[in-house]
Amino acid sequence: MAGIVTGLVAVLAVSSGSDPGRALEALWLGSVGSRYALLSGSLVRATPLILCGLAVALAFTAGVMNIGAEGQLLAGGTAATAVGLATSPSLGRLALPAALAAGAMAGAAWAFLPAWLRRRFGVLEVITTIMMNFVALYMVGYLVRGPLQEPLRIYPQSASLPEAARLPLLPGAARLHLGFAIALFCAGGVWWALRTTAAGFRVRVIGANPDAARSAALIDVGRSTLRVFLLSGALAGLAGAIEVTGVTYSLYENISPGYGYTAIAVALVGALNPLLTAVSGVFFGALEAGAAAMQRDAGVPSVTATVAEASIILVVLASAGVRGRVARRRRRAAHTPPITRSPGFSGVA
Amino acid sequence: MIDTLGPFLEATIRTATPLALAALGETIVERSGVINIGLEGAIIAGAFGAVATAGLFGVSGAFVGAAAAGVLTAVVLAFFVVTLRADQIVTGTAVTLLSLGLTGVLYRSMFGVAGVALSIPTAGPVAIPLLSSIRVIGRAFFAQPVITYVVYALIPAAAWWLNRTHAGLALRAVGENPDAAVAAGVSPNRARWYALAVGGALGGLSGGSLVIAQVGTFAEGMSAGRGFIAIAIVALGRWSPIGVAAAALVFGAASALQFVFQSLGWMLPYQLFLAFPYVLTLAALAGTGGRTAPPAALGRR
Repeated sequence: MAGIVTGLVAVLAVSSGSDPGRALEALWLGSVGSRYALLSGSLVRATPLILCGLAVALAFTAGVMNIGAEGQLLAGGTAATAVGLATSPSLGRLALPAALAAGAMAGAAWAFLPAWLRRRFGVLEVITTIMMNFVALYMVGYLVRGPLQEPLRIYPQSASLPEAARLPLLPGAARLHLGFAIALFCAGGVWWALRTTAAGFRVRVIGANPDAARSAALIDVGRSTLRVFLLSGALAGLAGAIEVTGVTYSLYENISPGYGYTAIAVALVGALNPLLTAVSGVFFGALEAGAAAMQRDAGVPSVTATVAEASIILVVLASAGVRGRVARRRRRAAHTPPITRSPGFSGVA
Repeated sequence: MIDTLGPFLEATIRTATPLALAALGETIVERSGVINIGLEGAIIAGAFGAVATAGLFGVSGAFVGAAAAGVLTAVVLAFFVVTLRADQIVTGTAVTLLSLGLTGVLYRSMFGVAGVALSIPTAGPVAIPLLSSIRVIGRAFFAQPVITYVVYALIPAAAWWLNRTHAGLALRAVGENPDAAVAAGVSPNRARWYALAVGGALGGLSGGSLVIAQVGTFAEGMSAGRGFIAIAIVALGRWSPIGVAAAALVFGAASALQFVFQSLGWMLPYQLFLAFPYVLTLAALAGTGGRTAPPAALGRR
């Protein structure tokens, strides 16, 4: 994986007329080259990626193609900002948990329409979640120039969140905030729930084979997938809430450089396993922090990171695909009846 | 009111053209049982392909470049989805990301970070004699860039090809029941490769038309979700070329509404207009979701 990134960065740096050596040095120094870069760069960036990656991993496990983590993150960030600003003097220290809860709920609410359309009409959630992403972006654009704009009405951003609504920094960890610990806790929680609870088992069965799940009378497929969809939205919404209360301290249009889309790569590289997703979130956080440093110090456009992410997704798919081809050929050789439908999404990982 | 109706219809056709191109291609792709979420990538690749070739080969060369760039994205998608049987949606998302990123990097490396000095030949409107002098609607429908007339021709052609030819029947069979198609001697993989190539070419042309017939330059991410809207249009048009063309018109009209409101002097936040096509897509999918019947094998591996 690191090899792919190194090679790609070198090629892309040369093609955009920069020095590949300097680009790679910047990538290294900006991501894991120093304690400060690791804590304040990579792990801070990894936090929303882990949470959105979990959102995607959980949804994909249940066969829900939620591509809307980006919009759900923005909705969560918006709600957290609004609630944080509104409750901070009156609620005291409770303003922070209120903001985080509001963010998670807003994320779930943003996922509700696609989830309901899927359940009620069978509308493809891929399209609806992407549409919701655009709507969220324009909604934030409107709010930070309208009702939520800072009091001076100069910049397209919200007022700064008061101290009571901000996430505390982790002791001795530079700019790394409590949100990182929350993200890791969520990863553990999702892993535990999927692995040991009855609801988690239902989710895995639905993802592996929805028809079998449907014919097992104890599983209400529609209700379970709806719940997973909402929970997935809540995780992404929490990511947005943590981003505004832990990093930006205010809402503006670009609070997310596409975390919700990168999350797809995060979840796939993590093989949809919540714990591995946390690990892969850190990897991609380092990649993004390094890419930002590369743009700053070596003039390599940071979209290079997008190219690297897309390539990584394709490599993961290709390796799974080649394995699948080999397996199909073996089956054919063994004269077993052909399988006309592959077993859900989880087969990819 | 008549004063606004003409420009409104003109803007409707102008915005509907790239959407219809991409959606017609996607119709053919989806009738073969594949959903191309990478369509957004084909459009942005087409836009870049047009800019990259326009300076050297002129307007018609740029459209060829746009189509070729779109086909390139489709080849990547087809290899993963058809040959390797990777998940269609994840692959499509990756292709879109790859295309958005690569076009950004390549554009900067070819034209510098600013890229403002870039001026490329564009295709102006060509008025059709007689037809364009019909009152009110004449100029709107028949004084458009040539690519719009290509779309007019493509709509019935695609409908005829899908419904009245053996090849069209084979393609639909692959989309409805691949096993039956195999039994009839049709290779689903080959049909899907061809369908994706056509869909990629039309997606690329869609991006090319954005650059050459509208904006006149390239901007990172200028496809702005049109690929996803086109996919929604296909569902809204119930997977038939005529229906899809009508749905594209509805979307063109929705986007063109902002010109009407502006000319009426209504003060509404402009983000409302920007979000409108996406909200409309959601509303349309909700409205038709219960009654549409997508190709039976759509999205399956």
